[in-house]
Amino acid sequence: MGESRVIFGSRRRRRVVIVLLLIAAALLLAACSGGDPTNLARVVDRAKPQSTLDPKGPNAAKIDDLYLMVIIVAAAVFVLVQGALLVAIFKFRQRKGQERPVRQMHGNMRLELVWTIIPVVILAIIAVPTLSTLFDHGDDRDPSENALQIEVTGHQWWWEFSYPEYGFTTAGELHIPVDRPVYLTMTSADVIHSFWVPPLNGKRDVVPGRISNLLLQADDPGVYTGQCAEFCGLAHADMRIRLFAETPADFESWALAQAQPAVIPTTGPAAAGWETFSTICIACHAVEGTNAQIRIAPDLTHLASRTSFAGATIDNTPENLKAWLHDPSALKPMRPDLNKPSQGRIMGMPNFHLTDQQIDDLIALLETFQ
Amino acid sequence: MAVSMDHTEHAGHPDMSNVRKVAMWAFLGSECLFFGTLISTFLLYHNTTGDGPTAKEIFSVPFTSVSSFVLLMSSLTMVLAHHAAGRKDWRRMRVWLLATAGLGLVFLSGQAYEFTSFVHEGLTVTTSPFGSAFFVLTGFHGGHVAIGVIMLLATTLMSFTGRLRDGEGMNVELVGLYWHFVDIVWIVIFTVVYLLQV
Amino acid sequence: MTTPTHHNPHKGVWSWLTTTDHKRIGLLYGVSALVFFLIGGSEALLIRLQLAAPDGTILSADAYNQMFTMHATTMVFLVIMPAAAAFTNYFLPILIGARDVAFPRLNALSYWIYIFGGLFLTISFFVGGAPDGGWFGYAPLSTQVTEIVRMDYWALGVQILGLASLLSAINFITTIFTMRAPGMTMMRMPVFAWMALVVAFLLLFSLPMIAVGLFEVFLDRNLGTLFFNAAAGGTPLLWQHLFWLFGHPEVYILILPAMGIVSEVLPVFSRKPLFGRSFVIFSGIAIGFMGFGVWAHHMFVAGLGPVAEATFALTTMFIAVPTGVKIFNWIGTIWGGSLRMKTPMLFSLGFIAMFVIGGLSGVTHSIVPADTQQTDTYYIVAHIHYVLFGGAVFGLFSGIYYWWPKVTGKLLSEGLGKLHFWVMFVGFNLAFAPMHILGLEGMPRRTYRYPKGLGFEFWNFISTVGAMTIAVSILVFLINAWRTRTHGEIAGNDPWDGRTLEWTISSPPPEHNFDVVPVVHSEDDFWHRKYTEDADGNAVAIPGGGAPLVAGPDDPPIHLPSPSFYPLLAAFGMFLVVLGLVYVPVGLILAGIGVVTVVWGFFGWSMEPLTREAH
Repeated sequence: MGESRVIFGSRRRRRVVIVLLLIAAALLLAACSGGDPTNLARVVDRAKPQSTLDPKGPNAAKIDDLYLMVIIVAAAVFVLVQGALLVAIFKFRQRKGQERPVRQMHGNMRLELVWTIIPVVILAIIAVPTLSTLFDHGDDRDPSENALQIEVTGHQWWWEFSYPEYGFTTAGELHIPVDRPVYLTMTSADVIHSFWVPPLNGKRDVVPGRISNLLLQADDPGVYTGQCAEFCGLAHADMRIRLFAETPADFESWALAQAQPAVIPTTGPAAAGWETFSTICIACHAVEGTNAQIRIAPDLTHLASRTSFAGATIDNTPENLKAWLHDPSALKPMRPDLNKPSQGRIMGMPNFHLTDQQIDDLIALLETFQ
Repeated sequence: MAVSMDHTEHAGHPDMSNVRKVAMWAFLGSECLFFGTLISTFLLYHNTTGDGPTAKEIFSVPFTSVSSFVLLMSSLTMVLAHHAAGRKDWRRMRVWLLATAGLGLVFLSGQAYEFTSFVHEGLTVTTSPFGSAFFVLTGFHGGHVAIGVIMLLATTLMSFTGRLRDGEGMNVELVGLYWHFVDIVWIVIFTVVYLLQV
Repeated sequence: MTTPTHHNPHKGVWSWLTTTDHKRIGLLYGVSALVFFLIGGSEALLIRLQLAAPDGTILSADAYNQMFTMHATTMVFLVIMPAAAAFTNYFLPILIGARDVAFPRLNALSYWIYIFGGLFLTISFFVGGAPDGGWFGYAPLSTQVTEIVRMDYWALGVQILGLASLLSAINFITTIFTMRAPGMTMMRMPVFAWMALVVAFLLLFSLPMIAVGLFEVFLDRNLGTLFFNAAAGGTPLLWQHLFWLFGHPEVYILILPAMGIVSEVLPVFSRKPLFGRSFVIFSGIAIGFMGFGVWAHHMFVAGLGPVAEATFALTTMFIAVPTGVKIFNWIGTIWGGSLRMKTPMLFSLGFIAMFVIGGLSGVTHSIVPADTQQTDTYYIVAHIHYVLFGGAVFGLFSGIYYWWPKVTGKLLSEGLGKLHFWVMFVGFNLAFAPMHILGLEGMPRRTYRYPKGLGFEFWNFISTVGAMTIAVSILVFLINAWRTRTHGEIAGNDPWDGRTLEWTISSPPPEHNFDVVPVVHSEDDFWHRKYTEDADGNAVAIPGGGAPLVAGPDDPPIHLPSPSFYPLLAAFGMFLVVLGLVYVPVGLILAGIGVVTVVWGFFGWSMEPLTREAH
């Protein structure tokens, strides 16, 4: 065994150092991140806005309570089992030169029974609140009359929200009143997505050809972020949700404003923008109150009232919009070359090679979509 | 207690016929799951006919009953072939093996005719999930029958070369196991797909 | 037409390409698995580099999606399963006192299909991109874009890899049932052999289900079938059921061999028998059965309905019971023993510690309402890696250090081995423990980047540091493996004072394994030849008990399987078939050539005599 001591000679040491330097370099390179499309710290002032451990509504709170109970039991089991393991290791380690005789134990029937039955009992105990919460959560399936109805459609790679009680459609961002159940009726336009706003509830898959439902309810006004949680292709990571919980009064005024159609200016750059819009954008985007009625891309009627766009990933500023209109795929990975509207496959916004003038005019127009 | 490792003459020489039989049974076990899954897919989609024809509209139970009977008869000839091999009556064995293969081919022709007529009547793999499930299920079954026919012919040919004189009975038994399995699968398919739908 | 052999059938590339010796095939599996481990690990490192900071730019979204898809596909199908196959191939026959497996050429075929399958998947990187739909290939994402062939590579690649495993399963089941040495009853078989048997049955019954699913995906993509087409009335959920009906037994396929290894190592290094041996065996069988009843716990947010969800919650909870029984029996094994803390022992103990964590987090997933927060987040990624890395990989390394001397005749360095273990242990926990937190704090999985402001930065950075540390530990292992060629201590037959039959023969073993097929009188037969028990139950050595058996004049001649290149040929044919199928309809020509090649291979195989006399 002696030759293993030679391993830390200087050649060995040099190799280790080189490896460590390479690691450090790689880390440094990784730490130099790219741009800053959205720093959500500008939007939400909580340190962990998507945390499941900081519930902001009754549904998430129920889950958190259940999880806390289970994790305590798991932690106890962890301590006991790892403890036994460590005690065994330290107590029965063979020390140098101390060979002792070892009793050749083959087993112990009573022990087998004990350590089979006890876990069964523990699991049975955990099963009770689990099943009761599970069936309780069946509230997801039955809306109360008080619930606000929202229809959700998942697209690659943005979320569409319709408010049938008010008659409008929006994208990326939704508003809800506090202290009132919100009943989501959801489906997908293409592949499987999953709707998830962790502070308010667990997630639910949205599946093409199927309806799924989820209940949301917020205790307090605020911004709650979420995102798609089922891998749906290229820009799965960029399919985000911004949820604004507001007082009932604020919500009502927001909803009523959203239900208003757009008024297209007839003069100025915005009017010129509309010329471009109704030639190009109209193929995919809808604006209520106009002849733009296709909804394979987000409804833009009240774009200017939103804080973000592009699947709620990019802050809604004229500069960002400009960059987006100039070359959408530069800001968000997409495959518009694979678009096949007849087959229901839309995978992003193409680059229309708009001139700077067209872009400026469009932005002027979009700014009127309050 | 001291142990001396005595050894026996049979050590290291397992009975090969037993070995191959175990392998065939294991394989057939997995085939059960394979066809079970295909049948489950069919059951899921048996009513998802879209704009295309339904089972009631397109299946001809009388026709399929005849081809099913043919396949059932081939199991009988298979048993006879195996029996002949057991008696080392190689000539008879070949006759029954060829008969089995022949009946299998008649069955396959029946399938081919049936599928062609379905296509003419508007049911293809792409018409509806029902169509997809139906053709993929019966297609895989037909493929298994075809492979069985090849195995039957191969066994017949091999018996001519006299190469497998000793193992011959065993080979016929293995082919027989496979063939009977394929037949049983067909009985299930016929019941689930044809009889229960109309 | 017999396979030509050169003067020395044991040397040269050709002897390796045509080998039917289970030990050589085991070695081939082992080396191949290691190579793919490095590839899969590199894919993981790239992922971790991308996620070390918010808004990472190391990988584009497209590259990232390929990376995580291939990392998982590689690790599951090209690393862990083949590594287990390496050990099973090499040692199962020896452990049961046999000279080879039931079907040596079929065994070779399985290996070559695996290699060509791995090659097939690798080719995709160079011809337009690797699969990018996740290793789980959820429809309709996997059937959505047919212009790009990446997911055809995936569907066909996984399909033939599954075939390789299925053939192995049939081989091992048959071997265990028909080729055990005289006196080796089923209950006297080593636990590793039992786990291999359970795994073989799991493969036998789970692979057909995903085979059907994969055919359906391939047909939807290429023939216009409508299995997963929602607009036509198909249901994407069908895919999920088919996938997980395989996928869940698959995870037990991944862990049971490692559990078998741990069950072999702990007794040897504690100098005590496995505590509750029959309970460990029956728990393995129970896990196998119950493993088929929990699949929908992967679908708790897919909308199955509360009754189904409740059912699967219960079945998932209760599969923890046999798992716990194993863990408790392992602790019972070391309790009261005399523990020699050599590297194989360290990895087995590490397995227990890490698997407990992974198992406990698994129980938390079964709590359905809680799982609606946990699923599809890094909390699950943490669980997966605690059981598959902290579990399976640690167990496999335990096996590597344990059996290395038997295979090579030399011992790996203890110093480097311990360094490997500790660096890996630290790195592993640094990499994956934080993922529990990240998941609970709302980080979903399969995301190529995350923005600032969600608080994900710190733990992601730590995790990346951990990943780098793991890489260093693997470097240590590779150095150890390389050095041992020239500096390794000679092992002899029985360096660990082992309990099972492989330690009765030379290191490395002769081609025919046993000069004399042993007659077995008990479990741990070799140990009982070397030791008896005194009145207190302590082990007492028997003088001369460990002497090897010598063949006598009455012993029957030894027959060995001949080398054959038909398995290689047939596997190559299958490779041509799948490569052609990716590019249908043009590729049908290539596929046709492939079919002809396969038929030629099988025909030649059936004409070739099986055995030759050993010299």
